[in-house]
Amino acid sequence: MVYLYLLATFLFVFGIKKLTSVKTCQKGNRISEIAMLLAIVTTLVTFSNLSWGVIVAGLIVGGAIGAVIAKKTATTQMPEMVAALNGFGGFASALVAIAFMLIDETLKNPEKTLWDTGAVNAISTPLTILIGMVTLTGSFVAYFKLGGKKMAHPVKGANRHLLHAVIGAAILLLSWWQIATGSHAQMSIATVLIVILSSALGVFLVMPIGGADMPVVVSLLNSYSGVAGAAAGLVIGSPLLVVVGALVGTSGLILTQIMCKAMNRSLGNVLLGGMGEETVAKDAKDYKSIKSTTPEEVALLLDGASSVVIVPGYGLAVAQAQHVVRELGDLLIKRGCNVRYAIHPVAGRMPGHMNVLLAESDVPYDQLWEMDNINSDFKNTDVVIIVGANDVVNPAAREATGPIAGMPILDVDHARTVVVIKRSLAPGYAGIKNPLFDMDNCLMVFLDAKEALEGMVKEVKELAK
Amino acid sequence: MIALVLADAAADATAQNVFLTIFVFVIASLLGFELINKVPPTLHTPLMSGSNAISGITVVGAIICAESGESWFAQTLAFLAIVFAMINVVGGYMVTDRMLASFKKKEK
Repeated sequence: MVYLYLLATFLFVFGIKKLTSVKTCQKGNRISEIAMLLAIVTTLVTFSNLSWGVIVAGLIVGGAIGAVIAKKTATTQMPEMVAALNGFGGFASALVAIAFMLIDETLKNPEKTLWDTGAVNAISTPLTILIGMVTLTGSFVAYFKLGGKKMAHPVKGANRHLLHAVIGAAILLLSWWQIATGSHAQMSIATVLIVILSSALGVFLVMPIGGADMPVVVSLLNSYSGVAGAAAGLVIGSPLLVVVGALVGTSGLILTQIMCKAMNRSLGNVLLGGMGEETVAKDAKDYKSIKSTTPEEVALLLDGASSVVIVPGYGLAVAQAQHVVRELGDLLIKRGCNVRYAIHPVAGRMPGHMNVLLAESDVPYDQLWEMDNINSDFKNTDVVIIVGANDVVNPAAREATGPIAGMPILDVDHARTVVVIKRSLAPGYAGIKNPLFDMDNCLMVFLDAKEALEGMVKEVKELAK
Repeated sequence: MIALVLADAAADATAQNVFLTIFVFVIASLLGFELINKVPPTLHTPLMSGSNAISGITVVGAIICAESGESWFAQTLAFLAIVFAMINVVGGYMVTDRMLASFKKKEK
């Protein structure tokens, strides 16, 4: 049985490895699915005295719900769903830790404490509950925020960190109580209180984090769910869970790091809410020379262009304009125009969000360009069309100070003409003015992304006749 | 590979050998860092949702907790743990498949 678990572990590692390359990623996911199946089947045949009714019912109900969720979710809702699934995984780990206290042979003796079950088990139990519950409630706050609901932290300023510290300290004390107490009634009370406080902590921690920082939060919670699994592995003494959980934990952490780098901010800064306050600068709408235009005029501009770069942002996902943007791109390509998409690493609400969205509408892989590869080419670009992006093209990032100072941006202002499709002059999540809009080579189209792009498609077709 | 050998060793030692279990955790973490070092941005989302599905491995722990003859409360908790872990597993893998399929069809 150990050898089958080993094989499963190996397949998981192998699968993740394959997931890191475009050519092999589909195979990688398949291998990882097989590994999961192998792990589950091995467990079912190895352990005796299992309660089959409970297990079969659980597998069927959970599997069915998972399948329905996966089938029904639109591509545009992907970030929310990944967050929600994450939360469920974390919750399951917390439940495992609690259930194991109830079935532990040592604890059947009413005089034994949690510590008597072994140091690793004792310490991992409250730890698993803590991480699991933080993952659950944190993910659901992220879920609602990604869905567009606004949530304000009830406590402002420095007191907020104090509140979190107090909750953290309380959980630490309760954990000690849970481990040391010889009374099982007290152990239960401590457990319930840890569950409640950890849940509250998860809510409070994610609440103040701004929408633009969501890619960081989603990948960090992904990491937590892995760590929760590893901790649950320590509780039940399963090396399989420890190894696989740790793998997921670190891979999530690396993604988090990549996201932080793309915003030139430290993880601490994101978590403690540097710009997460969602404040708006006083001069955020203070523009002097805005030039507004129509889709028809942009079409004329596109007609004469030989090189066009499209910069998608979260607004593209909101307007569900991924199909019409490809239609416009295809039209221009047919006319001999060089069309490329410039993808900023943190565009959208989860790592790689824009890539998934454009893949859904069949934009060829080689038309998607990473920031570092396309930035030097903007000066040779005739027209840049920005669809629903703001902070990632804000030249204010080049200033020495300010909320987004030092953040790597797409140098769209180097292009001959920049067209910004945006419903209003409202600031992005950073809440600051975008000097790009005031520049001489910038034209604004104040429309919904889909509407504007449809107008351009229609007009470009007319011109082709 | 090192992690696998260690995992085997840890399986024999079980919880008494605290040091080894923690060692396994550390080595597996390092392995994770090695594996995911250079992922193209296109794969960030599938990698995240794929590894998210993998974190549902806790379903194994949930199954072990569903022992017969235990109290109804323990069995209910185990049932819920299995359900939530399975939502994570099945939902995560299916969504990842869906995404990867849309990457694939463009290459034709």
